[in-house]
Amino acid sequence: MPAPDQHRLIFAHIDEPGYSHDLACYQKHGGYAVMKRAFARKPEELIDEVKRSGLRGRGGAGFPCGVKWSLVDRKSGKPIYLIVNADESEPGTFKDRYIIHQDPHQLLEGTLIACFANNVKQAYIYIRGEMPLGARILEKAIAEARAANLVGPNILGTSYSCEIYVHRGAGAYICGEETGLIESLEGKRANPRIKPPYFPAVLGLYQCPTIVNNVETLCHVKHIADMGGEAYTKIGTPNNTGTRIFCVSGHVQRPGYYEFEAGKITLGQLLYEVCGGPLPGRAFKAVIPGGSSAKILRFGERFKGKRKVGAELVDYDWGVEDVPMDFDSLGMIGTMGGSGGVIVMDDSVNMVEALANINAFYAHESCGQCTPCREGSLWMKKITTRMVHGTARAEDAALLKSVADQIPGRTICAFGEACSWPTQSFLAKFGDEFKNYSETKQGSPAPATLI
Amino acid sequence: MNLQPTTLQKIDEVITHYPVKRSATLPLLHLVQEDLGWISPEAMEWIAAKLELQPINIYEVVTFYPMFRQKPIGRRHIKVCRTLSCALTGGYKVCAEFQKQFGSQPGAVSADGEVTIDFVECLASCGTGPVVMIDDDLHVKVDLARAQQLSAQIKAGAKARSTP
Repeated sequence: MPAPDQHRLIFAHIDEPGYSHDLACYQKHGGYAVMKRAFARKPEELIDEVKRSGLRGRGGAGFPCGVKWSLVDRKSGKPIYLIVNADESEPGTFKDRYIIHQDPHQLLEGTLIACFANNVKQAYIYIRGEMPLGARILEKAIAEARAANLVGPNILGTSYSCEIYVHRGAGAYICGEETGLIESLEGKRANPRIKPPYFPAVLGLYQCPTIVNNVETLCHVKHIADMGGEAYTKIGTPNNTGTRIFCVSGHVQRPGYYEFEAGKITLGQLLYEVCGGPLPGRAFKAVIPGGSSAKILRFGERFKGKRKVGAELVDYDWGVEDVPMDFDSLGMIGTMGGSGGVIVMDDSVNMVEALANINAFYAHESCGQCTPCREGSLWMKKITTRMVHGTARAEDAALLKSVADQIPGRTICAFGEACSWPTQSFLAKFGDEFKNYSETKQGSPAPATLI
Repeated sequence: MNLQPTTLQKIDEVITHYPVKRSATLPLLHLVQEDLGWISPEAMEWIAAKLELQPINIYEVVTFYPMFRQKPIGRRHIKVCRTLSCALTGGYKVCAEFQKQFGSQPGAVSADGEVTIDFVECLASCGTGPVVMIDDDLHVKVDLARAQQLSAQIKAGAKARSTP
């Protein structure tokens, strides 16, 4: 079956010749008209639209955005804050970069609509430190919007006021975790907070109710306010509404970003047709479908079970190529859609080296607050590093599994899961390569360059 | 502390963005580092006083976030992405090439003081790997030839400065 056409909702103007990131261009394309109409409605109506739309957060967890908003404590009398999570730090993910650099006003418009709906007077955009240009573009966009009375006091002559500031991170992955991000915005180390009691919706920034939404999620909010929640559900598939942006990297002919209706394209269509298949003379070996912490899939494995289609339960028997790219289907086969970062590896890749690379990342990025994660991520790194440097031991595969199995569920935040899933899944899917490593690679010289 | 007037102005402005002064810790560290090149113990004490905090509150932040530096770096900062997608497309070889070009190890300043190479984690441009950031500019699809070209540009820039 041929792959469907792209459905560019969020990326409608990305890479469009002549489209620039300034306000004039955005307004020429109908910019801020949706916000103007939204501001004439009741905030509760807008929240209902988002609930009806079924929008799920695009940062990784896929939590329903409308539910997130309805959890906000509106009776405390404290101000409500909104934070745009532009930390985009999950390896394999690079969608927000293009929104910020090429279409910042789309993000601002979505943010302002979300702020209006939730009676937020102060929003912060937390952008990762490694995007200094993105921060400057956003600051310029906010200044333009402020000059045009689209941000700041009494927006468009209404009684509603909202201020937006850009806040730069400084290279820590854990700031993508919402409570870590809040700590960081408060000027501290980004140690995630324990939940309960520190649910951001109740005790977030400065102990006030706080909404943290991903960049892409907020852009979807703009389109939901535009077309209505009901119409939005017609895009995508039930429970996986709207579009998804897939960021494909690694060993394919055409890596890049592609926006499709959620669940309407399979992983095989995406990789073979859209991305042009493997590099010449190579075959696909493995794929990580939702950012580097998502569990890896091995080409050739099959997934069987029952799934709901409408009201009925039907059998499915999928190869990796057949899996529809949506939160639920990827969840069913034991991995996740996560942030949409698809990392592809072909048959040239040594899986122990690949895992060593991932483990080095997580060991570097653990905030160090919880012992199982701080020590466990470091041990997983040490073991895989010694394996690739020719000093593997016979017990290493079993030891790795034992360390990885002792982390999840024992940490304050989901980093514990994120750092152990790669090791667990690499061992489950490619255990043969790990088990034999001590025999085949013992004493071999360290490779000059890994991977 | 010898901060430029524009930096001081930006510092005073950014503090007003937050209802709690401590929130301005990261912005102030960025501004000071952009001005002076690194964060000295003196700078930490100065920021602490400015935000009505203890120096330890600043120190613990500086040691947590990889982008803050406690020592000066070379005139140009080369950051090569080390993480998976870039590694799959040759990131390690690119980093080795820069090391060869400038004769320095990651994290160290080259002998002529010109560059510091860092092998950093994900720069969030995975689809165009391997990627390299030189100062604030991102360079995509950097193969060995491109790494040599970029190195040559840096060297030419250094030469132009040393010959008046």
